[in-house]
Amino acid sequence: MAELLQFLFSGVTVGAVYALVALGFTIIYNASDVVNFAQGEFVMLGGMLTFVCHAAGLPLPLAALIAIAATSAIGVAMNKLAIEPARGAPVVSLIIITIGASIFIRGAAQLLFGKQIHSFPAFSGDTPLRIGGATILPQSLWVIGGAVVVFVGLWLFFTRTLTGRAVLATSNNRLAAQLVGINTGFVMTLSFALSAGIGALAGVLATPITLTSYDVGLAFALKGFAAAMLGGMGNPKGALAGGFLLGLIEALTAGYLSSQYKDAAAFVVILLVLFFMPQGLFGRKSTERV
Amino acid sequence: MKISAKSATLLVLVVLILLSPVLFPSGYYYRVGALIFVNAIAVTGIVILTGYAGQISLGHAGFAGIGAYACALAPVHLGLHPSLALVLGAAISAVLAFLVGRPILRLKGYYLGVATLGFGILVSMVLNNERQLTGGPDGMEVPELGLRGLLEDAGLDLTNGQFWYFFCGIVLILAAWLALNLYNSPTGRALRALHGSEVAARTVGVDVARLKLQAFVISAVYASVSGSLLALQNKFITPDVAGFMHSIEMVTMAVLGGVGSVLGAIFGAAVLTLLPQVLTVFAEYEQLVLGLVMMLVMIFLPQGLLPSILRKVRGKDE
Repeated sequence: MAELLQFLFSGVTVGAVYALVALGFTIIYNASDVVNFAQGEFVMLGGMLTFVCHAAGLPLPLAALIAIAATSAIGVAMNKLAIEPARGAPVVSLIIITIGASIFIRGAAQLLFGKQIHSFPAFSGDTPLRIGGATILPQSLWVIGGAVVVFVGLWLFFTRTLTGRAVLATSNNRLAAQLVGINTGFVMTLSFALSAGIGALAGVLATPITLTSYDVGLAFALKGFAAAMLGGMGNPKGALAGGFLLGLIEALTAGYLSSQYKDAAAFVVILLVLFFMPQGLFGRKSTERV
Repeated sequence: MKISAKSATLLVLVVLILLSPVLFPSGYYYRVGALIFVNAIAVTGIVILTGYAGQISLGHAGFAGIGAYACALAPVHLGLHPSLALVLGAAISAVLAFLVGRPILRLKGYYLGVATLGFGILVSMVLNNERQLTGGPDGMEVPELGLRGLLEDAGLDLTNGQFWYFFCGIVLILAAWLALNLYNSPTGRALRALHGSEVAARTVGVDVARLKLQAFVISAVYASVSGSLLALQNKFITPDVAGFMHSIEMVTMAVLGGVGSVLGAIFGAAVLTLLPQVLTVFAEYEQLVLGLVMMLVMIFLPQGLLPSILRKVRGKDE
């Protein structure tokens, strides 16, 4: 029983990180129909920039804040320089642009920060908490709490604020949103800033546990993408559920079956889900207009 | 005299493959050339899948991995000649593509992307983890094809680099010829129709599911042959051949060059294979430049390099 609980704890922790990355995918996808494969690099930048600022002598909260703000700015720059100029390009071209952006950011990070593995201290110490015979790191609670807070915050933003509703309107129908006076260009900028900031936050929260280096972004991007698709692309609830589900599947497979094949289990589940539910768990049925 | 696009493409390919060696300053360039051809074969498969039929795959390196490891494993464990191992790899890839393709080709756009991605990752994971069979991430040796020795006995003495250059060149011409024939066949026209609109194609009687599956299986065989040739040429193989980045590389080469045409995609394969060779001096900038090239070409030349260049040239003629 304690063993199962232990696996669940680690699954929920990893799942929270995946959920944050998947939420980032969702926001950009809703605003622009682009799946941003550079989302994982935002996670890397969040951890890496925090490390750099912290190593330079800044207190950890300030370092984290700077890292998140800088990553948001990079997200906005990416939208302005690479995504907006290619508006209307086919899906394959957009995939290549965002993968190009991710390779570019990774290359720049390798030049600037080197190839070493970095980390910084956990926020509330490293003494594990004992719950029901299993242990959990205080930092894990930060990660899980972070994912929940971000999800609730997004929900309030999208349902209770005018700006949030403008984003939703843009994702529903860009032209109609423009016609009622919504500045869709601003919505795009906001979405990239928000999405990059959330990615960076995931990096800040997870780095004390997972460590970071210039090349961790790709794995996060693939897992986050998979989680978002599992839940149904474009649905924040789906992103959250997909992230936690993916984390739990991995942790349970690693614990009970084989740690080498933990990633395999996740993708087998995704293939099965898509086979029976081609729109993901929470996706809407779409009809094709001819 | 008016020649068809098909003959023109093949003619350009044959002339380039035959005449390029005149410019080679050293034997090393034969090796780079052979590498370009190997990549171009896989990319020609992507043209059939993505350019003709409009379907995305982010996992085709999985089939390259199957082709590569078939050539490494079958000669040792089954006693097959390496050339037959290549055929066996292609057959396994075709069957697997048929089985996997049936369910996943119902998916569209990004959903198809993640499903193919999952397939590719599963293959690369098996190759990485089954150490006793594949040697794991360290890779394994691949037996000699042995054809060069036969040619030598027949009086045709080629260096190793020259042999692989011309051998892969011939396979590439064959692959391009088949792809071009397919383009103009009824099947090719139906594929292009479903690319334009699946619903419209279905209403005029195109069996959409069957055709997508055909394109998927054919492109899988291309990727598998490409992987086999890479393994046989290097006489060594690691699971990287099946990795996600290799899948992306294939799609990028095709789209960068111009996924709508065989020649464009081959041009893309040449550019992206040469780029790291040119950049070896600035090795640490390689990723930076690669990412930048991918973004710039897609933003400013969305049709791909070759079609855009050709349009420029033609525009000046008129």
